[in-house]
Amino acid sequence: MVDKENKQAESSSKLLDWIDQRFPYTETMKQHITEYYASKNFNIWYVFGVLAMVILVIQLFTGIFLTMNYKPSADDAFSSVEYIMRDVEWGWLIRYMHSTGASFFFIVVYLHMFRAMLYGSYKKPRELIWIIGMLIFIVLMAEAFAGYLLPWGQMSYWGAQVIISIFGAIPFIGEALVEIIRGDYSISDITLNRFFALHVIALPLALVALIFVHIVALHEVGSNNPDGIEIKEHKDHNGIPIDGVAFHPYHTSKDLVAIIIFLMIFSFVVFFAPDMGGYFLEYANFEKANPTATPEHIVPVWYFTPFYALLRAVPDKLGGAIAMGLAVILPLFLPWLDRAKVKSIRYRGWIYKTALTSFAISFVSLGVLGVLPAEGIYISLARFFGLIYFAFFILMPYYSKIDKTKPVPNRVT
Amino acid sequence: MTEKVDQSKRHFLTIATAVTGSAGIAFAAVPFLSSLKPSARARALGAPVEVPLGSLEPGEMVRVVWRGKLVYVLRRTEEMLQRLSGVTEFLRDPNSADTELQPSYASNEHRSVDPEFLVVEGSCTHLGCAPIPQFEVTPSTDWFGGFFCPCHGSKFDLSGRVYKGVPAPTNLKVPPYSFTQTNVITIGIDSGNA
Repeated sequence: MVDKENKQAESSSKLLDWIDQRFPYTETMKQHITEYYASKNFNIWYVFGVLAMVILVIQLFTGIFLTMNYKPSADDAFSSVEYIMRDVEWGWLIRYMHSTGASFFFIVVYLHMFRAMLYGSYKKPRELIWIIGMLIFIVLMAEAFAGYLLPWGQMSYWGAQVIISIFGAIPFIGEALVEIIRGDYSISDITLNRFFALHVIALPLALVALIFVHIVALHEVGSNNPDGIEIKEHKDHNGIPIDGVAFHPYHTSKDLVAIIIFLMIFSFVVFFAPDMGGYFLEYANFEKANPTATPEHIVPVWYFTPFYALLRAVPDKLGGAIAMGLAVILPLFLPWLDRAKVKSIRYRGWIYKTALTSFAISFVSLGVLGVLPAEGIYISLARFFGLIYFAFFILMPYYSKIDKTKPVPNRVT
Repeated sequence: MTEKVDQSKRHFLTIATAVTGSAGIAFAAVPFLSSLKPSARARALGAPVEVPLGSLEPGEMVRVVWRGKLVYVLRRTEEMLQRLSGVTEFLRDPNSADTELQPSYASNEHRSVDPEFLVVEGSCTHLGCAPIPQFEVTPSTDWFGGFFCPCHGSKFDLSGRVYKGVPAPTNLKVPPYSFTQTNVITIGIDSGNA
């Protein structure tokens, strides 16, 4: 019996040796999984990166199965989605998982980004991780936008009409650019077909590649933690950070709890509220695209509304487009806008705490205002919160420098 | 044998290879970028559209699609035409100074060949929504009826001229069109070329 087990172990290690001589399997597993040390004091804010990965897998997997029944043409797209919903076995589940996954992707990514702002994870030496992350966010927005056209409903059509027209505001090249994006003089079958190509091939490939380098960069410098301390500065005699624990099995078992709770919430939405009262799936989109009539009240899906509110807050075509673009691009410069000596909010002064709180309130408020009609008090409010949004970034080099910080401990608390 | 490496030659070859390679990539990119432009079929679908006007009552509007774009044809009443001169002070470009937006034969107050018939693209110049016709409105100090865009609140008068203080930057576009027969408008064929 013992002899047999030994033999098995021996043959499996032989196989491993054979592989390791040809591919760095053991080395990679050690470097990135079993001997990747991350701080032991992670809190709930540190689960959203893993959750984003889980959603990515859900989206890729359900997306492949949707592609098997979806037809990317103006004549067939809408009815093929209805076909998936009604006639394909379990098609409704696969589609609801995909549409719910899109909204959850943004919830999780927004929280993941806010975590980085709370604990200064974008600061030196993690600037590149942050920049790659911002690129992921931009590609994710493009991916979601392209995907939203595919059901070819009223909101798909007119939402795309509005967003593509924003590029027309660019001086000189705008109109030509819009024509190249659409591939036609209006949004048509041709536009739908190319958005399909972008949504199922080009952008997912870019997304996966960027996520890969995001993680490679993270594992090079090591994860930040809620104290904003570099755990690599205190190593034991084996060269292992004293405050670090191995990603596997310690962080993975913690992540597994988060994944299970996440899947419970996700399933609840998929089964009981897949349209989320019109926020995850807009009711106007249950009607086929009609190029001759704009819906009375046109709003993008909720995850774009903070930026959409800024677009509408400026009573000028080019100005609105610039405000919107700037709002997306500005966070990219955070590593250099932030002049504070400490990373974590725990050791920052009242100025940064106030600034970050106002920023979070403004972002959420803009999101709410983006859903409401652009009239009266809502426009003034959008301008007010827009001002705070931009002031947070533009004034940061000043207030982050004069803010009184507390001494940072040597070891994580 | 130890020969000295000719660094400057090596440098020249590196640059030359890079330049040649870039030129090749640039040429190879042309077909791919060109394929993104409207195809021959998309261009061909831009054929002229005929709109019979016989059944159009005064004050009535029809929507037609030309080149995939929505076009409004409105038969204005006498009263509507009189309203045009009254709103001038509220408009951004009352005299159609922007010549890109209409053919020369529609560059007048009523922005049309025949004052009675207005032909404009039903696409808001802000972000392309279809403005809603609101011809009869309760009198107010700043809105006298015309086209109202539900998306972002832009307003246009009964000639498709944009109001001040709205997000749309310019007047509605007038497509090329002409009266090809009695009571028939052909959109897509310029007046004078028919």
